[in-house]
Amino acid sequence: MYGKKVKLRFIFLVLISATVILTVFLILQSLKENVVYFQSPSKIKSLIKLDKKKIRIGGMVKEQSVFINSNEVNFIITDFKNEINVIYSGAVPNLFAEGKGVVAEGFLKDKSNFSAIKILAKHDENYMPPEVTEAIGDK
Amino acid sequence: MLANQIGYYSLILGFLFSFLLCGISIKDFNRSGNQISQNILSISFLQLVFVIVSFFSLVLSFINSDFSNETVFNNSHTTKPLFYKISGTWGNHEGSLLLWLLVLTLFIFLFLIKSREQPKKYRILTLLFQQVIIIGFFLFVLMTSNPFNYLFPIPTEGLGLNPILQDPALAIHPPILYLGYVGTSIIFSSSLAAVTQNYVSKEWGRHIKKWVLVSWVFLTIGIMLGSIWAYYELGWGGFWFWDPVENISLMPWLTLTALLHCIIVLERRAVLTSWVVILSITTFTLSMCGTFLVRSGILNSVHTFANDPTRGIFILIFLFILIFLSLGVFFLFHKEDNKSKNNFFWLSRETSILINNWFMMYFLSVVLIGTVYPIFLDIISSEKISVGTPFYVKLIVPFLIPLLLFMSLGPRLKWIKSKIENKNSLIITFMISVMLSFFIIKNLTTDLLFYTALVSAAFFLFFTTVKELFIKKFNNAAQSVAHFGFSLLILSILFNSILSSEIITNIKIGEKYIYSKGEIFFKKTEERKESNFNSIIGYFEIKDENEKTVELKPEIRIYNQPVIITSEADIKTTLLEDKFLVMNFVKGDEYFNIRYQVKPFMIWIWISVLLLSFGGLMSLFKKYEK
Repeated sequence: MYGKKVKLRFIFLVLISATVILTVFLILQSLKENVVYFQSPSKIKSLIKLDKKKIRIGGMVKEQSVFINSNEVNFIITDFKNEINVIYSGAVPNLFAEGKGVVAEGFLKDKSNFSAIKILAKHDENYMPPEVTEAIGDK
Repeated sequence: MLANQIGYYSLILGFLFSFLLCGISIKDFNRSGNQISQNILSISFLQLVFVIVSFFSLVLSFINSDFSNETVFNNSHTTKPLFYKISGTWGNHEGSLLLWLLVLTLFIFLFLIKSREQPKKYRILTLLFQQVIIIGFFLFVLMTSNPFNYLFPIPTEGLGLNPILQDPALAIHPPILYLGYVGTSIIFSSSLAAVTQNYVSKEWGRHIKKWVLVSWVFLTIGIMLGSIWAYYELGWGGFWFWDPVENISLMPWLTLTALLHCIIVLERRAVLTSWVVILSITTFTLSMCGTFLVRSGILNSVHTFANDPTRGIFILIFLFILIFLSLGVFFLFHKEDNKSKNNFFWLSRETSILINNWFMMYFLSVVLIGTVYPIFLDIISSEKISVGTPFYVKLIVPFLIPLLLFMSLGPRLKWIKSKIENKNSLIITFMISVMLSFFIIKNLTTDLLFYTALVSAAFFLFFTTVKELFIKKFNNAAQSVAHFGFSLLILSILFNSILSSEIITNIKIGEKYIYSKGEIFFKKTEERKESNFNSIIGYFEIKDENEKTVELKPEIRIYNQPVIITSEADIKTTLLEDKFLVMNFVKGDEYFNIRYQVKPFMIWIWISVLLLSFGGLMSLFKKYEK
């Protein structure tokens, strides 16, 4: 029979490849479930079927569109071609303001209404998330 | 003005000295004798001095608000407090690279002093490999990100530092983190040197372990500081967001932790040589990748300063050179050590450490794929996605259960071949942990089975390490303390996430918000003027279910330069829980958006990370028993 060392190597090799395959499988599987896609208002308008999964929408907060009451903030995200209404009840980041870029995470109710569960903070006045820049495109 | 020139020229001198050092080292390499030439030490010291001079002239320019310097102009302002003028030096791209360079040269000098007992050729080769990295960084600084660029005409006022970076924790976070990152460069260079000299041995393991520990301790504390900052400054009330930039600091930490354990096996048994070298290379490569991803602007986060594509390409090329160099050295010179006796048994300390490595590599692949996959997808299909917390939680948290169990059992095993001793007492400890967690968890969450398993495993580690500390009379205290810290960390994080509660609402001055467990009363606001910002302070009275009232005063700051609004959370910390309140404008100043959180055991998260790194320190200063 083979020597002890060869046998040991073989066991190690099998163990390592088994774990690698398992790891890759696990990761890919949960990537599928937990990835959040980024959309622009125009892209949503062109959707054929509504996605039930969580998505992110980016664009500008439309001027004169923010309304607030004691438990909700309503505003409109626009990419200057299409717009979408957002209803949000949660914490608002520092730099959220009319005429500024914004990324909201949540669920689509229909093609023009979005219920947000999170508004993402940005940390720099001049900084625009690349997604938003792209969503707005050439205005 | 003068400081600027001195800084620039001494940077260039430092760069030239790199080549001088390489020349002398190569000449010295074949000279007989077992000590390296004194010239090498002196020149290495001079190089360090030049970089220090260069760095401090930049600091001086910042202190004097010398706006003829472009870096100062872009990142400073006369009304900024002195402390933040100084920390502004490394709060920007150019300055932080100069700091990298400073630590690189400092560490190689310290290495040369501290390695007098090591073979001469090995020391010289380490110096040479390190100089390759140093030359790369000098070129990077001088060509793409010179911190001493002139501006003419001289502006009268600077653009200011991003206010969220004006914070004590964040002022010391980069230097500490860099000490950790750059420390891994020494491990990288010396492992390559050791491979070429066929010196990956017990002695080498013992000697390099110190450097691994130093880097690990700094990296741990650096990550913690960043996390503390994010907790109170970003206003989300969490301490870890799985943000790409956080992940990037976590990745080298995982490989470094694996290396830290692996090096103990090398030190004792002289096996796993290839694995140790591969881990050393990977750790430094990951640190460099981190720099590349952050500096190139591929990742969007607080840390992306100016996005200059040439910088990204430079680092990318440099990174590839280093990877090819190291792989080349590894495959050319590395000899499989066939001397090692063929005594391997499944139940041994070695296996338990390999299991640790297995977990670290698994966590690494999860974090790596979660961070890189969105970038990858964007390039191939221009589809924009983000990978959020649920992905990481789902893939990492369940695996903590076996990790914690192995952490409790592993250190009790002996080298080579072992039996599990004191089975009965272990079983009793385990039973106690399970029962204790069952009774605690029973009323708290719906996912009883999963959380009981997780908390039991954490308690099991908690109790076994405590017992070890007291019964074994501290003979392996460093390990016990570090593992104890880890169990405490997991316990605090778990209870923190299960028991946290949060209220978010929009409220007007004078209003009272009543919720199921108490009420929040917004008394008034007050305005205050500081040198570089105006602030609005909100006075809130919060009554909890026991009718106890706390007053919290969160702040909204409107900075003058650059004009940015930040909110400063007010946090009341006790040993049991943190009460966290942050407020924000929404539109006009009628309604304020507030977020009130009760976060139990928050302070224990920081304490346990400190314990973890303290374990590392203890190991560093441990005397070797012969």
